[in-house]
Amino acid sequence: MPTATYAGHEVLVSDDGFFTDPGQWTEDMAPQIAKGEGIDHLTEQHWQVIKFMRHEYEDKGTGPTVRVLGKTSGVSIKELYQLFPKGPAKVAAKVAGIPKPRGCI
Amino acid sequence: MRRILILGGGTGGTLVANRLRRALPGDEAEITVVDQDDRHVYQPGLLFVPFGLADPDEITRPRHRQLHPGITFRCAGIQRVDVGAETVLLDDGTAIGYDVLVIATGARLVPEETEGLNAGGWPDGVHTFYTPAGAASLRDALARFDGGRIAVNVIDMPIKCPVAPLEFCFLADWYFQEREIRDRVELTYVTPLDGAFTRPVASAKLAGLLADKGVELITEFNTGSIDTTGSPGRLVSWDEREVPFDLAVVIPLHGGAQYVTRSQGLGDELGFITVDQHTLQSAAAPNVFAIGDATGVPASKAGSVTHFEGEVLVENILRFLAGKLLDASFDGHANCFIETGFGKALLIDFNYDTEPVTGHYPAPVGLPLLKQSRLNHLGKLMFQSFYWHGLLPGRDIPGIGSAMPMRGKSGLADGRASTTTAAGSKRAS
Repeated sequence: MPTATYAGHEVLVSDDGFFTDPGQWTEDMAPQIAKGEGIDHLTEQHWQVIKFMRHEYEDKGTGPTVRVLGKTSGVSIKELYQLFPKGPAKVAAKVAGIPKPRGCI
Repeated sequence: MRRILILGGGTGGTLVANRLRRALPGDEAEITVVDQDDRHVYQPGLLFVPFGLADPDEITRPRHRQLHPGITFRCAGIQRVDVGAETVLLDDGTAIGYDVLVIATGARLVPEETEGLNAGGWPDGVHTFYTPAGAASLRDALARFDGGRIAVNVIDMPIKCPVAPLEFCFLADWYFQEREIRDRVELTYVTPLDGAFTRPVASAKLAGLLADKGVELITEFNTGSIDTTGSPGRLVSWDEREVPFDLAVVIPLHGGAQYVTRSQGLGDELGFITVDQHTLQSAAAPNVFAIGDATGVPASKAGSVTHFEGEVLVENILRFLAGKLLDASFDGHANCFIETGFGKALLIDFNYDTEPVTGHYPAPVGLPLLKQSRLNHLGKLMFQSFYWHGLLPGRDIPGIGSAMPMRGKSGLADGRASTTTAAGSKRAS
């Protein structure tokens, strides 16, 4: 399995760069992961979403979809796209150190 | 006397009611089905309406007529469920108590959650075939259509029958060829997924079919709004991409029934019932179960899934009533005929853990999987009769059990097969 090094620690990631063990993630890794996704600075609102993603993952075993994020995170879908232009559900999951959201079937 | 209350008289509610009625003597259990109307639509038939191959009237029958004698049908809207008081409150103010509750109220279309579809009614040039009235109106619009851009757009998952929008594209290609104007029609399939379908092997196969039929595929398009103020209209994504159209066929957002959101603890953010994905028992209370499109399980919202869930669910309700442990055997089995036009169809068969693959179903001698054939098309046509006369009455299909068969599938090692049964499938089929 591939690995990546964030904040000086080697972590396990999937082929597309998502953490496979969310327990390896620490907050100080987030800015570096975000940079790789084209986000230079994590604002308070970014952190609100990141913390929500981790909470949802702990609760339900998968990250939420964009639609669920818009309904429950307190941040509108429009704002979510401004925060994570490449796609809120996937990018926020990556920055928050949780596996790729399963999505719906 | 035990009281079994079933909310919803569609595929799941009807087949569970009929199976339970057969399993339980009339003096042991009373069975009541509640629905807000008395029109049971054979939903797979909606796909054929826009092309003049089916009529809404011939795919609709009264709900109460599909229920066996000894089952009470009650036509009323549902206000909310109180799992603590084991009571369902109806819109007319009456309250019905239950010993076992089965939720089978399906998925609801919520076009109003998308900007451009929220101003009361559908704008000109934007259609759906997911309702009988919508499918009939689309039939008329297609008949008038003499050239231009057609965009087929899934706004977001989950949707009922995730292959239906692809089938629509395949049939549209056939329809316009029959009318000899295919060269004047641009067909585009616009999806939020990163491929044509959710599962990799099937996704590649279906993307190939789209290409063969000259349908452009646009992926990872999350529609934020539908703008019909100018001509042509435009699908606009949240990340500000645009797809122009002269006619849009939109599959709107789906959610659970409205009473679910009014009922504390029953459903998720979208109104789908939270249940154990193998037993179908609700997380809210042990005497509450759900089936079919109403559930939040990670399986397709499709009649075949509901059918396979039905067997497990009925067994579990009988076990629950007898005070026994539940049978955790639902494996997410789904089975879909995909109509590909020109009298052919392909078949896919998969579950929670196993991708749709090639081979034959249900055994090495059977229908070809992931391959267009006339046999599969005939299978799809025959299914409508089986639906009314076999599936709803709760008859088993000879040789087909609820657990997904591994026989006949190509490239699946035994080890792969055992991960499926590890889910707890005890049922030999």
